[in-house]
Amino acid sequence: MTDTFVPPTRFAVPGRIAVSNRAAATWQTATLTEIRRETPGAVTFRFAVPEWSGHLPGQHLMLRLTAEDGYVAQRHYSLASPPDDTAHIELTLDHVEGGEVSGWFHTVARPGDSVEVRGPLSGFFAWPGDRPALLVGAGSGVVPLMSMLRHHRARALDVPLRLLVSARGPEELIYAREYGAETTPVFTRTAPEGMAVGRLAAAHLAPLLAERPPGGWEAYVCGSNGFAEHASRLLVEAGQPVDRIRIERFG
Amino acid sequence: MNVTRAFTGRPRVDHAQLPPGQYDAGDDWPVLSAEVTPDLAPADWTFRIDGLVAEPRTWNWEQAHALPASAYEGDIHCVTSWSKFGVRFGGVRLDAFLDAVRPDASATHVVAYSHTGYTTNLPLADITGGRAWIVWEYEGKPLPAEHGGPARLIVPHLYFWKSAKWIAGLRLLDHDEPGFWEQNGYHARGNPWEEQRYSGD
Repeated sequence: MTDTFVPPTRFAVPGRIAVSNRAAATWQTATLTEIRRETPGAVTFRFAVPEWSGHLPGQHLMLRLTAEDGYVAQRHYSLASPPDDTAHIELTLDHVEGGEVSGWFHTVARPGDSVEVRGPLSGFFAWPGDRPALLVGAGSGVVPLMSMLRHHRARALDVPLRLLVSARGPEELIYAREYGAETTPVFTRTAPEGMAVGRLAAAHLAPLLAERPPGGWEAYVCGSNGFAEHASRLLVEAGQPVDRIRIERFG
Repeated sequence: MNVTRAFTGRPRVDHAQLPPGQYDAGDDWPVLSAEVTPDLAPADWTFRIDGLVAEPRTWNWEQAHALPASAYEGDIHCVTSWSKFGVRFGGVRLDAFLDAVRPDASATHVVAYSHTGYTTNLPLADITGGRAWIVWEYEGKPLPAEHGGPARLIVPHLYFWKSAKWIAGLRLLDHDEPGFWEQNGYHARGNPWEEQRYSGD
């Protein structure tokens, strides 16, 4: 944080899509069909949701678990899967220490179990695939960005897309096998031989911002609040307009 | 009821202050703004009320602080399902500002807007009668920028997206006009006790 940083206060970013009230208001049963380990801490859960109305990359859902005594726990999770994955959705969840819902998923859940979901929710962080997208994520903040990347690939979109993804080390990089030339990984603690170790910096962003695609980048930032604050300030300092930055933070 | 196999949930006490579907965030206070945190100095902060009022008015930091001090001590609830108990905010009741501008009898709703351009809509009845504050202190210290400092609106009986950070003003209207999240699928009112999370709830 610098003393001179004063972003212009003119955010007012419109949502990208109209949200279906009906889908958002209805709880549906999601049946777990597959569990895939991504990293020591993160696991992908695949669900069959027969009545899923579809979503756009970047949207999230609300998931609820119900105990026998009627106690309910609900959480928001970003969708990891692309829209074309018919009647199936995927979530990638970190195992949060003492996590009530993530704890159930990581230690109890098995294929055949069912949970309830409602969504997709919120049109703000959605990316329909129409504008050049500069994606910046850290840790499991890469999840909604991966939905965008998968969508970009599945539809063979030619609108530019770049991903900067920060992880503590290569073994904690979620979806590591899926990244291609569009992705720049940033490692903060340990890195493979020959790669720098350190926090996301202006030098990582500079070459991407210098590409200047027609119409400019729409930036999507997702991660912990600390990361989101850091990354969004770097973007503004590098010239990315405040009203072209969308942020999704999690605690 | 759709019971989840082998899900028991956290050990829990019967918490009468916990609205349905919420959990106690304890010491955590997650930050959930969608925009870049502005670096807004108190000297540059202003708060304006206009629209259906007899006398539109703008207050600066000193003028706002000259109004009678008032604190809120109680709970707050976020639509993302955390609640936080026994927090203390210091500032001024919104009534003190509204009294000065004399709202028209025709005013029924407001749009609250922030210095970032964020907006949220509220029925006038939800922010009068000692139910809303403009605050600049949290637990006796200046409100941190990422939580809306130097000053934010708080309407603690509604979900917290209604409590606009970096508050810049209120516009009084004779109709309801959806704000930022309300246009993005959230409920028009947001009462946690009725679980008014999304439009259609």
